[in-house]
Amino acid sequence: MMDNLFFIVLPYVAVTLFVVVSIYRYVTDKFSYSSLSSQLLESDELFYGVVPWHIGIIGALAGHLIGFLFPKEVLWFNGVPLRLYILETTGLVFGLLALVGIVALMWRRITTPRIRSVTSVIDTIVLVLLFAQVVLGVYTALFYRWGSSWFAASAVPYLRSLFLLQPDVEMIKPMPHIIKTHIINAFLIVAIFPFSRLVHMVSLPVEYLWRPYQVVIWNWNRKKIRGQYPTPRPSEKSDANGPASILR
Amino acid sequence: MDVRLQISMVFHLDKCIGCHTCSIACKNVWTDRKGAEYMWWNNVETKPGTGYPTKWEDQSKYKGGWEKKGDGKPELKMGNRASRLINIFHNPSLPKMDDYYEPFTYKYEDLFDSPEGADQPTARPISMVTGKFMDIEAGPNWDDDLGGSPVYAKNDPNFSGLSPEEQQELFDVERLVFFYLPRICNHCLNPACVAACPSGAIYKRGEDGIVLINQEVCRGWRMCVSACPYKKTYYNWSTGKSEKCILCFPRLETGQAPACFHSCVGRIRYLGGILYDADRLVDALKVDDSELVEAHRNIILDPRDPEVRAKAKENGIDERTLEACERSPVYRYVKEWKMALPLHSEFRTLPMLFYVPPLLPVMAKTEGVVYDTANDELFSPIEKARLPIKYLASLFSAGNTDQVSYALKKQYAVRLFKRLETVGDVSEDVVNKALAECQMDAAEAEAVYRLTSLPTMDERVVIPPMHREEAMAMLDDDMWEQKGSAGFGFREAPIRGA
Repeated sequence: MMDNLFFIVLPYVAVTLFVVVSIYRYVTDKFSYSSLSSQLLESDELFYGVVPWHIGIIGALAGHLIGFLFPKEVLWFNGVPLRLYILETTGLVFGLLALVGIVALMWRRITTPRIRSVTSVIDTIVLVLLFAQVVLGVYTALFYRWGSSWFAASAVPYLRSLFLLQPDVEMIKPMPHIIKTHIINAFLIVAIFPFSRLVHMVSLPVEYLWRPYQVVIWNWNRKKIRGQYPTPRPSEKSDANGPASILR
Repeated sequence: MDVRLQISMVFHLDKCIGCHTCSIACKNVWTDRKGAEYMWWNNVETKPGTGYPTKWEDQSKYKGGWEKKGDGKPELKMGNRASRLINIFHNPSLPKMDDYYEPFTYKYEDLFDSPEGADQPTARPISMVTGKFMDIEAGPNWDDDLGGSPVYAKNDPNFSGLSPEEQQELFDVERLVFFYLPRICNHCLNPACVAACPSGAIYKRGEDGIVLINQEVCRGWRMCVSACPYKKTYYNWSTGKSEKCILCFPRLETGQAPACFHSCVGRIRYLGGILYDADRLVDALKVDDSELVEAHRNIILDPRDPEVRAKAKENGIDERTLEACERSPVYRYVKEWKMALPLHSEFRTLPMLFYVPPLLPVMAKTEGVVYDTANDELFSPIEKARLPIKYLASLFSAGNTDQVSYALKKQYAVRLFKRLETVGDVSEDVVNKALAECQMDAAEAEAVYRLTSLPTMDERVVIPPMHREEAMAMLDDDMWEQKGSAGFGFREAPIRGA
């Protein structure tokens, strides 16, 4: 019963919230989408928190994603003990980086008055959830050294069953409590994502790598208005089709 | 030829009295909000001085502006695109709040609510960030009027080109000298803030060249803050968005002067349209530092030239806009008279705010300690000016002293010219020599005099029609609903996101 609640109801509620609220918030309140950086208020300590945190968490999440997409390959890779150790150690390094980072960030947030004044309730909840998640992850990496195979063999079939709308929690049931908590906590983070500053993740500006440096926006369609319009040059982001750019 | 319009500006520093009325007008209209208290979209700083934020001109610290690369193409001093994304978590060249100052207020209620006692109650300062008591270590215009001071003026980055003796002369109590430098966003032709924004939130408006930050697209990556060499984009620590001077575009669109222009007590501010050739921007940036001012001037087009007018119309620029450009005081000061120069053109952003360098104070330096006020000459020649030409050149012409000298000589000649006319105690030869030295005739001298000393509001601020009604008509909505509205409208409150 509890398993059904935590591993079937919670995931669907979390993902629904994630999708619906994220889109709703983006459509109705774009202004609220921001990384909410506090570097202006405190910069030096931030460096030792934010850099390891992001490297660690991106690495760890990428590891989970690879395991989810290619479970068979991961199991095959882990077939040789040395390779299992390499994978587990890599995961542990990312986990420890994230742990060091988030501890530094929490410390900074608690001890710097300027940062405390820009800390909201939701920030605190997010920090606690993320901290718990990293601790659980690092614990798993330290004390269940076959975690990556486990993830591929047991967690992935469960996650896929959720995706296919045929939830099957049988694989999860025998897991240790630490792992179960890790999974539940993950869905809590997914649920709180659209309500928090975590939304900055979805606005990663990769387009910047190929966009022209200078951005020029014309608020009027010069062709429509005055008949003549020179060929738009590729070096600008002009909008020859209408004033939609005003509302961009 | 790709003719475009730029709303451009001239600040006549010889007329600036440093009253900060402009700053207050701007503050009251735009930045009197939480998270923006420390921002001064318009500020007036004392030069020599370290400015706001402290030592903003020192690009070895802040990495603002562009650098000319081997192939002549500019690249941001912060590094290439990839470095921006790598540094996105922690921007190593971002100014800290203490480089500006921590905004504060006072606990005024203590003055009324304190219990009766032997001591006079005081209003202690409280931080507007933390709400806690604080010790004030800096504030707006903290180094105001502190020219010659060892703490502020001495650290002016523009001193690097001056010899130790020349520097020392500016610090003797009897000789110290300063002037005011009002600064707003330069609405550059090659804005570094736009180029540095990973989100693509900052853009230049095609119609008038005003550089704006779309608050809905900004994600607070704060690259613009360090990329702008003038430090004229600011990070709002409360909303998590960057903000900058918008040149009061809602006012411009309705034909009103921007707040700082409107309120200027010394009437130093001129605003008008400039036509420029966007095709030649890239070439203008390929020259060396010493030629930048000239190259910058060369991309500005003559609004009376029939070919320019034809090309402008092809680009959708209206006849009435061209008429306004003909009357533009900026065109006269910058292009015709060559008296107004861009600030720090070596940053290579092609700033479109120009400064007439200050001739004042007129009294010259002398060998002794006391100034010789009984000089035979009416005004001391500019070579003996108290402000070294080299210092002004570091500010206004990327080190090229010829450009600054010319601008000063012109002011000098106009003064002599009018002195002869109104008082008559200078010889005609002296006047003619001064005029000839800057290839100026009497008619031009008179025109410079009129636009400098007697301009009306309509002559100082010539706003080209913005034709917002045409942009409005193109919206799918019922255009009559939009009638009478201008500028922006937030469709949601600017509240800090979670």
